[in-house]
Amino acid sequence: MSIQIPIYMDYHATTPVDPRVVEAMLPYFNTKFGNAASRSHVFGWTAEEAVSRSREIVAKLIGATNPKEIIFTSGATESDNLAIKGVAELYKEKGNHIITTVIEHKAVLDSCKRLEKQGFEVTYLPVGKNGLVDPDDVSRAIGPKTILVSVMLANNEVGTVQPIAEIGKITRSRGVLLHSDAVQGIGKTPFDVEAMNVDLASLTAHKMYGPKGVGALYVRRSKPRVRLVAQMDGGGHEFGLRSGTLNVPGIVGFARAAEILIAEGKAENERIFALRERLRKRLSAALEEIFTNGSMEHRLPGNLNVSFAFVEGEAMIMAIKDVAVSSGSACTSASLEPSYVLHAMGVGDDLAHSSIRFGLGRFTTEEEVDYVADLVIRKVNKLREMSPLYEMHKEGIDLASVEWAAH
Amino acid sequence: MSYSDKVIEHYENPRNVGTLDKNDENVGTGLVGAPACGDVMRLQIKVSDGGVIEDAKFKTFGCGSAIASSSLATEWLKGKTVEEASTIKNSMIAEELNLPPVKIHCSVLAEDAIKSAIADFRTKQAAKKALSGQ
Repeated sequence: MSIQIPIYMDYHATTPVDPRVVEAMLPYFNTKFGNAASRSHVFGWTAEEAVSRSREIVAKLIGATNPKEIIFTSGATESDNLAIKGVAELYKEKGNHIITTVIEHKAVLDSCKRLEKQGFEVTYLPVGKNGLVDPDDVSRAIGPKTILVSVMLANNEVGTVQPIAEIGKITRSRGVLLHSDAVQGIGKTPFDVEAMNVDLASLTAHKMYGPKGVGALYVRRSKPRVRLVAQMDGGGHEFGLRSGTLNVPGIVGFARAAEILIAEGKAENERIFALRERLRKRLSAALEEIFTNGSMEHRLPGNLNVSFAFVEGEAMIMAIKDVAVSSGSACTSASLEPSYVLHAMGVGDDLAHSSIRFGLGRFTTEEEVDYVADLVIRKVNKLREMSPLYEMHKEGIDLASVEWAAH
Repeated sequence: MSYSDKVIEHYENPRNVGTLDKNDENVGTGLVGAPACGDVMRLQIKVSDGGVIEDAKFKTFGCGSAIASSSLATEWLKGKTVEEASTIKNSMIAEELNLPPVKIHCSVLAEDAIKSAIADFRTKQAAKKALSGQ
């Protein structure tokens, strides 16, 4: 099997659409193209039936008991907004306190920031060095005015899987709603809304080999029944919670992707885990002073976030230009700030600047892993030869003790 | 974010990567930046008795634009007098490499590195004169 350049190893950013998903979607573009809300003719009924079936499949993926608990949206960002703002608006008489974490996706963090401007109080829980939230911190933070806790299932940068089940036990016993942005974890780590006492969950198709532009929000209907204020008005679609014509092809694709995960997820994750470990071990065997960021135990199978000391992330990415990865370096972000997730984990700025995130997935091959490992090793060595920090380290100088003339 | 051809060229074929003996009295060493900022440049010049920079070397911890800026600096320094070298401006580096606005600070750091190396050299020369004057 030959390798196709460029090699994609950024599965946390997005995933290619599985050919089976594309096939499932096609008829809904030009044969079964009806508007699912058209009640008066077969075009509409056909589309509606497809949506209905899709709802059932997505519900099954997350262990939801009632398909009506699946609200289709344009993606997880919209779902996060709907969950947080929708709950806040509805429950604001009951309380104005929301709890979340410092490592959440910006869709959660920025929604919380907006609520703060409107008078809500938000507690941002810290994470440990291992990139995990402590359920006891959640428990301590809950107060009489708390209406919502939002904790992601798995982090997009370091892949750490949060203790959602433990947190769910706590929130259930205290009568507080639990929302989880489950985007990165779906199909890769166990997630069951009933078993884990999750009341709201954000999902997106494009991180699970489905198309971009479609996602869902799980909204619990029973024990308790969660209500929220719709953020999109106009027609009352999705049980009044999200108006707007449904993206039928997208939804069908989303469901097909979910079906594939239900059937093949377990075996796939084992395969990807083995590839990830192969990559990690090759790199560790050949390179000194490299550090994996985040808990190895509670981690997505395909994620490897590594800091290569003495080498800067963007220079690394340029060096391995035939491989698509991302970095926690400031140089790669539009804001020139290094990764806030690594910062929250206590990773020093210098190592944050030196971090690379590899995300392996369904179509990653062993040949690709070997090629990438060898390439990374060669380039890290080359960049270290060019690095004054590596030279100083080799001379036995403790870089932490140097007084830098920063600009 | 795509890189300019010139930046890639300097990365693939960096000029003058290396180390000069910092204890040599004709060598000036500039070390600027900080690991926490993601940018550290070490630039060294070896100056002839006639005041001409006969060799220059660099090592950089930083992005492609930072590496290119310091590599280019060493190219320009060779053959110039120390006075000429101190007129090199970051804008010249940025223009030559087609640096986008978000990378201009890399060229600023390169200019700082040049000035730091020159300052170190001058300090050493002054100390040498002081000693020989006794």
